[in-house]
Amino acid sequence: MNFAVVGSQFFPLLINGLALGFIYVLVSVGYTMVYGVLRLINFANSEIFMLGTFATSIVSTTVFKFNIDSHPSHGMKLLLVLLCCLLASMVTSAVVAVLVELIAYRRLRTKGANRLGSLISAIGTSIVLSEGVRILTHSIPVASPRVLSKFYVFKIHGVGLRIDQMLTIVFGFILFFAVDRFVTKTRLGKAIRAVSMSEENSRLMGINLNRVISLTFLIGGLVTGAAAFMYMTVYEQTVFNVGFNIGIAAFTAAVLGGIGNLRGAFYGGLALGLAEEFFSVLLGSQWKEITVFVVLVLVLLLRPNGLFGEAVQQTRV
Amino acid sequence: MRLEINNMRVFYGKIEAIKGISVVVNEGEIVTLIGANGAGKTTTLKTISGLRKISEGSIIFDGQDISNLSAHERVEIGISQVPEGRGIFPGMTVLENLEIGKYFRKNRASEMAEDIERVYTLFPRLKERTSQAGGTLSGGEQQMLAIGRGLMARPKVLLLDEPSMGLAPMMIQNIFNIITEINKSGTTILLVEQNAQQALQRAHRAYVLETGKVVKEAKASDLLNDPAVRAAYLGTGANNPG
Ligand SMILES: Nc1ncnc2c1ncn2[C@@H]1O[C@H](COP(=O)(O)OP(=O)(O)O)[C@@H](O)[C@H]1O
Ligand SMILES: [Mg+2]
Repeated sequence: MNFAVVGSQFFPLLINGLALGFIYVLVSVGYTMVYGVLRLINFANSEIFMLGTFATSIVSTTVFKFNIDSHPSHGMKLLLVLLCCLLASMVTSAVVAVLVELIAYRRLRTKGANRLGSLISAIGTSIVLSEGVRILTHSIPVASPRVLSKFYVFKIHGVGLRIDQMLTIVFGFILFFAVDRFVTKTRLGKAIRAVSMSEENSRLMGINLNRVISLTFLIGGLVTGAAAFMYMTVYEQTVFNVGFNIGIAAFTAAVLGGIGNLRGAFYGGLALGLAEEFFSVLLGSQWKEITVFVVLVLVLLLRPNGLFGEAVQQTRV
Repeated sequence: MRLEINNMRVFYGKIEAIKGISVVVNEGEIVTLIGANGAGKTTTLKTISGLRKISEGSIIFDGQDISNLSAHERVEIGISQVPEGRGIFPGMTVLENLEIGKYFRKNRASEMAEDIERVYTLFPRLKERTSQAGGTLSGGEQQMLAIGRGLMARPKVLLLDEPSMGLAPMMIQNIFNIITEINKSGTTILLVEQNAQQALQRAHRAYVLETGKVVKEAKASDLLNDPAVRAAYLGTGANNPG
């Protein structure tokens, strides 16, 4: 155990943990919202994330002609590139999410198949998407050109906040806040909450169930796509199975906070991002990836309803 | 308004829960459907509201065959169901529960305040609890909320599934008084009950349902005095409060 290092590196670890944590938060929103309305773990969400990372990369290289040797952009051009990449990633992920629901889940649902059927369909869809991209990319990781030069926004005594991390934290927070407000305050958001509490009773209110389910996948996809964009600005590389680790981590975050609960995804994502960073220093970096699995197993064993238990079930999405 | 169910049959898998029943509800009536547990009362209401698929027969509403409309479309044309067990949204406040009752209405913005006021006049206890979570209400209050939420859609016909279930005698009286009041102000009601005594006293006409079949159909006051109905659903002799 290396407590001294944790002490001296507290702030960098905190910042790294928060940046990673917000990516987890957004991806776990995708899992948790779908789980809320369908009681289904959308295994394809990790591939929805993966396709978002590729969309980001493709837009920067083909539309804006960036390559590995290009210099990062500045000013209005930078803003334009970032916005286009973000938009492309969000739209791609959202469209794929809505299509996955239409193709892989809706028919099973309307035919009255049981949950296990949908779960298998989810796993199958996930495999089809990632293997499809594996074939297209010949399993080769794709390095994304640096669009944003990674300067420090501020630096005190060697401790600083990098621009990509700051963007991830600030934008992640704003986006989560927006989704939370949408779900709690707007009419459509309330319909999502109603469906998550009772499908039958929602239909008796005149709520068009299929439309609400599509809307849920759409929002989950938009947010997951935003996370994919942030991931690319921080890590600048993707591969056909990039969603696997992120997906497991985000799913763990959702379970940690109590799956089906939006605020749970927030706390769970941040807690997991921080835990990963701190434990990797405390125990050695070989423990970084394992942290997720240890947390997942511990939560399932000790608090299957998540850290916040029943108290937050009341306010589930 | 006229609701007409013709030779309706409903299956759960291979089990036939409703075996060809015909029921008519005319404008302005309270019609009650009584029967023991498992007779098929809930299934009948769910099939009218569109939660369950009809296998054979037809449901005619205002002259239009609505058998193939989905549940949310039936709410739009004026059929609202208050489900068995109330079915309020536990994590939403009383006010949110009422608001969502108007989810589909085109002029919801202009109707909202007026209809919420109407529900609060009918159920003053709900007004006191307007920002309390639905799940924290008592059983009687939840029933009030469920009925009030049903009214928010301005239904032409209100389907009530055992509104007296699990309530204290005082509260049962209260709920039935309000059902009568709602009917007097112009809403047609199809009332499903195991509490046959109360239901028959309030209703104009009644159907008796046994294992998926209508075994009797009459004026409610006649059934109150029918020896067979008294024996089966009202208890007999000295124990009978009615
Ligand atoms: N979801 C279901 N699956 C299978 N059988 C059901 C289901 N719901 C009701 N039934 C059966 O249908 C019959 C009628 O039930 P129901 O309509 O709930 O009766 P009631 O409301 O009069 O008590 C019963 O035999 C019941 O067991
Ligand atoms: Mg019943």
